[in-house]
Amino acid sequence: MNFEPTEQQKLIVEQIRRFVREEIVPLEDKLDPDASEIPPEDFSRLSGKVKDMGFWGLDIPVEYGGPGIDLVTRTLIAIEMSQHRAGLYVPCYGVFGTMGLAQLFEATEDQKERYLKPVLRGEKRGFFGLTEPSGGSDPARAIQTRAVRDGDDWIINGSKIFISGADKAQFGLIFARTDPDKGRGGVTCFIVDTDMPGFHVRRVVHTLRSSNYATELQLEDLRIPQANVLGEVNRGFAIANDRLTRQRIPYAAACIGVAIRAQAMAIEYAKQRETFGAPLATRQLIQSMIIDNELDIRTSRWMTLDAAHKAERGEPFRMEAGMAKLLATEAGGRVVDRSMQVHGGIGMTKDLPLERWYREMRIRRVGEGPNEVQRLIIARDLLGGSFK
Amino acid sequence: MAIRMTKPWQPLDRTIIVALPGQLGVYELANATGQTVAIGFAGGRSLFGLRSELLAIADSPPHDATQYRCEINMQYQTRYRELLMLHVADHGALPLHNRDNPPINLGRLRPL
Repeated sequence: MNFEPTEQQKLIVEQIRRFVREEIVPLEDKLDPDASEIPPEDFSRLSGKVKDMGFWGLDIPVEYGGPGIDLVTRTLIAIEMSQHRAGLYVPCYGVFGTMGLAQLFEATEDQKERYLKPVLRGEKRGFFGLTEPSGGSDPARAIQTRAVRDGDDWIINGSKIFISGADKAQFGLIFARTDPDKGRGGVTCFIVDTDMPGFHVRRVVHTLRSSNYATELQLEDLRIPQANVLGEVNRGFAIANDRLTRQRIPYAAACIGVAIRAQAMAIEYAKQRETFGAPLATRQLIQSMIIDNELDIRTSRWMTLDAAHKAERGEPFRMEAGMAKLLATEAGGRVVDRSMQVHGGIGMTKDLPLERWYREMRIRRVGEGPNEVQRLIIARDLLGGSFK
Repeated sequence: MAIRMTKPWQPLDRTIIVALPGQLGVYELANATGQTVAIGFAGGRSLFGLRSELLAIADSPPHDATQYRCEINMQYQTRYRELLMLHVADHGALPLHNRDNPPINLGRLRPL
């Protein structure tokens, strides 16, 4: 398998790399170390540059005005975009345009007019509401939020947790159980307006990701018209599952980008820092950490690109996406940890981005499907068919 | 879980503030009637955390602030935003001082 980028991909990667180093990294010197947003004037200036470069709305299909970037190139871009302090969760502070909710591309024309197009114009924000207090790893069975038919409407009751952006969104996708006897075949996806009576953002959920919070939602007799069912009734799990599988590839890529940056910092520091009369780089124990970092970076990069290539060719890629997510999140955590060790005391401080990456990288082993679930998916594919 | 800051107010007095630890966290300022006039944080770039932030404020308090209360919190960014959203939920608007420089994209909370 040849993962060598094409000439065009190399040019794009170089363009993004220069943008991150020249525009984003210098900006962070003035921001709080845990910042997740940049001042509006900087956002406007930088998003203007991105539009001029032709990269605005990276994940938007061509027919909706996006740049039409394939998944392999998108993966290479994601590796570059995350190489700064906030890069793991807020790559380039969103100046490449919001990712939006890919499920809306499958919506009805009426739904596209009301939700998708305003999102693409930057007028509305959406959120993805799947996980519940009863669990997130097995949403098909854990979803207890109920939607009951009432004439032409549905009445939704329940709660959601670890939902990002719900407090700022004008609408969201809520997954609710519409048939209690059917497991994954009894879940429906609803488009919910956040100004409707019965929709409540109850609290902020503070986590290790101290720059950015999640929220807990409560839905009380929330009345949703049939016209706001996304896809078919009882087919919502397929919508959620498809999104989760595809999302694992850029999710892994962002971890690789941060690991590359952490490794570059470790190498630079090892060359300049002297102990007992010689640079750290001459110590075999330090060299060993740097070698292990490189092995982790390269294996996860290849695995992630393999998943992207398979998806791009239209082949089944669920197992490869799971492997990429599993490997890159664990390898990324190890690389950041070793790079902190190379730096010693200064590596633990907020003076450097390592401590933020260390905290945020820990979440990556749980987010987008815990790594234990990825192992389950891989085992299922290797052993053939589903098993209990 | 109590999400509002409920600690007793302290006088915004340098002799009291100097005893604060130099740690990161969030604070609220109030005027003499107890109205919260500002919510802020001591972040990773502050020299001596809450102590240096509040000492600087004590030299020129905004909106006639005479009292403060604070909370050591490493999650100062998300806690700061939570306190602002709670204030808006309870009072319908940001504290006076925060209206001059409102945070970007503040969300909405409807706490119980």
